[in-house]
Amino acid sequence: MSDGGSLLPIIALLPFLGALVPGLMIRAGRTACATFTAVPTLAALVMLGTLAPAVLRGEVLQAEIDWLPQLGLTASFFLDGLGLLFAGMILGVGLLITLYARFYLSGEDPMGQFYTYLLLFQGAMLGIVISDNILLLLIFWELTSLSSFLLIGYWKHLPEGRQGARMALAVTGAGGLAMIAGMLILGDIAGSYNLTDILTQGEAIRASEWYLPALILILLGAFTKSAQFPFHFWLPHAMAAPTPVSAYLHSATMVKAGVFLMARMWPVLSGTDAWFYIVSITGLVTMVLGALIALFKDDLKALLAFSTVSHLGLLTMLLGFGTKAAAVAAVFHVINHLTFKAALFMTAGIVDHETHTRDIKRLGGLAKFMPVTALIGTLAALSMAGIPFFNGFLSKELMLEEAAHTGWFGNPWIVPVLATVGALLSVAYSLRFIFHVFAGPARDDYPAHPHDPPFGMWAAPAFLTVLVMVIGIMPHLAEPLVAAAASAVTGAELNPYLKIWHGVTPALVMSIIAVLGGAVLLALHRPLDRLWIAAPRPEAKTIFDGLVAGIAAWSRALAEGLHNGAISRYLAIFIAATVLLGYAAFSGGEMRPPTREILPVPPVVAVGWLLLVGATLLVVLNHRNRFRALVLIGVIGLMISVGFVYLSAPDLALTQISVETVTIMLLLLALYFMPKESPKESGAGLRLRDGTIALVAGAAAAALAMAFLVRDFSPISDFHLANAYKGGGGTNVVNVILVDFRGYDTYGEIIVLGIAGLTIYALMEALLDGPAGRRLRARPVPPDRSRDRHPLMMVVATRAMMPIAVMVGVYMFLRGHNEPGGGFVAGLVISIALLMQYMASGFAWTQSRQRIEYHVMIGWGVLIAGLTGAGAWLAGKPFLTSAFGYIHWPPIEEFEWATAMAFDLGVFLTVLGAVMLMLYSLSRIARYAGETVNVEPMDYDPSLTIERKKPEAE
Amino acid sequence: MEFVVASTIGVLTAGGVYLLLRLRAFSVILGLALLTYAVNIFLFASGRLAVNAPPVLNKYADVAYSDPLPQALVLTAIVISFGMTAVLVMFALGAYLEADHDRIDMTGESEEEGEGDSSSGSDDAAITAQGENRV
Repeated sequence: MSDGGSLLPIIALLPFLGALVPGLMIRAGRTACATFTAVPTLAALVMLGTLAPAVLRGEVLQAEIDWLPQLGLTASFFLDGLGLLFAGMILGVGLLITLYARFYLSGEDPMGQFYTYLLLFQGAMLGIVISDNILLLLIFWELTSLSSFLLIGYWKHLPEGRQGARMALAVTGAGGLAMIAGMLILGDIAGSYNLTDILTQGEAIRASEWYLPALILILLGAFTKSAQFPFHFWLPHAMAAPTPVSAYLHSATMVKAGVFLMARMWPVLSGTDAWFYIVSITGLVTMVLGALIALFKDDLKALLAFSTVSHLGLLTMLLGFGTKAAAVAAVFHVINHLTFKAALFMTAGIVDHETHTRDIKRLGGLAKFMPVTALIGTLAALSMAGIPFFNGFLSKELMLEEAAHTGWFGNPWIVPVLATVGALLSVAYSLRFIFHVFAGPARDDYPAHPHDPPFGMWAAPAFLTVLVMVIGIMPHLAEPLVAAAASAVTGAELNPYLKIWHGVTPALVMSIIAVLGGAVLLALHRPLDRLWIAAPRPEAKTIFDGLVAGIAAWSRALAEGLHNGAISRYLAIFIAATVLLGYAAFSGGEMRPPTREILPVPPVVAVGWLLLVGATLLVVLNHRNRFRALVLIGVIGLMISVGFVYLSAPDLALTQISVETVTIMLLLLALYFMPKESPKESGAGLRLRDGTIALVAGAAAAALAMAFLVRDFSPISDFHLANAYKGGGGTNVVNVILVDFRGYDTYGEIIVLGIAGLTIYALMEALLDGPAGRRLRARPVPPDRSRDRHPLMMVVATRAMMPIAVMVGVYMFLRGHNEPGGGFVAGLVISIALLMQYMASGFAWTQSRQRIEYHVMIGWGVLIAGLTGAGAWLAGKPFLTSAFGYIHWPPIEEFEWATAMAFDLGVFLTVLGAVMLMLYSLSRIARYAGETVNVEPMDYDPSLTIERKKPEAE
Repeated sequence: MEFVVASTIGVLTAGGVYLLLRLRAFSVILGLALLTYAVNIFLFASGRLAVNAPPVLNKYADVAYSDPLPQALVLTAIVISFGMTAVLVMFALGAYLEADHDRIDMTGESEEEGEGDSSSGSDDAAITAQGENRV
């Protein structure tokens, strides 16, 4: 452990921060853009470099930042040998790719986007390899799937690119989901989501009964990411991406994420038969199959893609063997494969860039035109073939050595033979890459005239090829890194000794067979190719597409079956299902005997009840006559308000009656524009069905209410009653609950109300701009319209009432903390006072006298309430803790101040603003409908006796 | 008294549900209003009924209080349901003005709109999220 780990979060964050820059810098030119992409990468690489010596000494660096500790999610990072190896690869190759892409992308490609995606991907990848928390790792894991989707589909105009991106996302995303489940199981077994803790619990995990499900789920994630059979098919399709992407994601980094994960989890998951057989068989099958397909691919990148599949299989197989020596071989091959394969991809990109084709059958003889490229490609391909003095040879020897000692099901021959076959095929396709592209006679029918690219483009592959040679000739240079990484994988101190000559070993013999056999196979390529083309073989893409289409059709049928557009049908199903579920839940328990005394029913209550029930029945019977139904609804609301008064809820009564008023006004305004009658549409059968559902639902609700009303319970509100005055400084407990105990709820609710108001405003604006606005303008004026729409009596009465109503509102507001009232009620009362002015003198006349915009009022309301709540922070208390005290000014009585009052002011302003904005929006429609605007407050003004003013348009 | 409240809840629920299942937007809004009343009274009643016991603290005498918590919750519920009703009314009005009718079931129109699917028969459409074509 060391505190040098504090750099780790910065390293992980740098690419993400850097990703913001290229998109902006592209205006400064392509080179500037590339430079600014390289800066964060380089900085992260330098930081990593400063940490490297400690890690190579065997230290593990850690950094931890709490994120969601309740979930076990911490942003913790750690760096050991394995992390260092992968992080170095990601950043180092990232830098080379940045340089290469600068020359590869053409002027038409949006380069800023490319570099932004690239940095996003780089950050996600880096996050995977240095995360210490598996939940954090999963987040980065999904981020790589998403960012690689963007990169693969970078050429949006190509259907192959889009399809390839989608396929990659579907496969790796599905695997990622499986892995999330696996990781959660793993964390559950280990009792911690921290990798460093999990890694110490290998035995407990392997002994757990959940080991196998966790293993399979995690391997699904790793196999899909690392393109293992049968999930290998997405990788070749992802080759539709620009070549820098292929070189970066599909040889060096993303596809290695699965291998990385298997290596990371190696101490925990390996060592069982399940691991050995699942992983090594998958790996070996993938290796041989990938190599076989690669041999017969004519597309340069497809050849390399399947070769990558094959090499990933090799790595998987080595990890599956579960021995320490195999782990060393795997780690070493990760480095070697990276160097030669990235170089080869870039070479293929150069060939494609210069000759405008990647079809091997149209190439050949390129060595003459592009000697530098040919040299780089040849050297890298020789390494891929595993020829001595190249690094590919070294790790291949280690692999064959391991394979020679591994038996399956007691048979010592299967693995070595198949491994040799894989190596042989690998030699064959590597040689094909050299001989069918660069060697041979020059042709005169290339689609473009080939020549070597500028230095910037071949610099990166050349650098990698130098590495190939250096490691190949002096393998001991790689020893420290391999040792550190392999030690981290196995959890044991390892000091591998890498050398070229091991004596005449079984591996050497197998290697010789492979090289000779490969050469023979290449010589026979032409007839074999014909055979291959003629042979029937399953096309993975067709199967995948069929599968996806099948799932889509199935879910579509399901959705359309359930979702046929008839909302009344869904509602009927929903209500019936709710009642049934409620009944099931209800019948599952048992009822205690009633404990509460039944309250008496005085005659006046009985009358109110009759009125309410009668009005409800009339609403139902008369609902087609909309106006009448609305009036009856008003009766119901009024009765409910009275009921609240009787049942000791004065605050509710006040709120209900004022809300009732504005609701009815709103509905009346809306009804003005809507049909006044509902046609008789539903038949007797439908009405019977709906009636039955309604009666059952009503009976159920009544029974449920009755059931709890006659039984006692232990309320939690004793606390509120006891503390309202002591803690909240108010005697109206309902108001203290609203502004103090449950203030956060109220805060949320006024925000919702404000949003509702703004939504209505926005909807109205959108509506009036569209066809609805045109339709409104074409509306005929109703012939029965009143000639005296702003009657004198009403204008005078409302003017007189305005100050009184406002006074009532202020009074309600001020006394709210101790007596029934408060911000909600005050806001509603004042809005009714204002509404009356609108009704009396019309929209425009009133609007021109309004000083404050309603949406501003909503904003201020929410702001004041929020600031009041935040003010508690200054006192070191949690959000919305209220403070209060008492002031005594001699002439006036002692009165109280409380911060809750300011909060209530916010509530008041929001309610007022929202209600007014809603009604204002509705009444604005009237103007579109040809409503004339009055300039005078009333239509007939007796003080202007000269002549009767006619209403005129504004 | 308990029966009065329970039956009120029942009647309002039944009326609300019946209107909710009608085919016109305005009826649905009326039904929702009735249902809102029912739900608010239901929530309020969950604090049990009490007469002459408002939850306003009496400094001078030790008296019983009704449960203030459901009252506080219902108070905000009343205001919020007003907001919701207003938004719904706006939707209904907008839909009516745009479509010239206020039917809520869309079964007749989905077939006309569904025709867009066949036009996108390119190779790219194999995996296309087909929901896009159907709004």
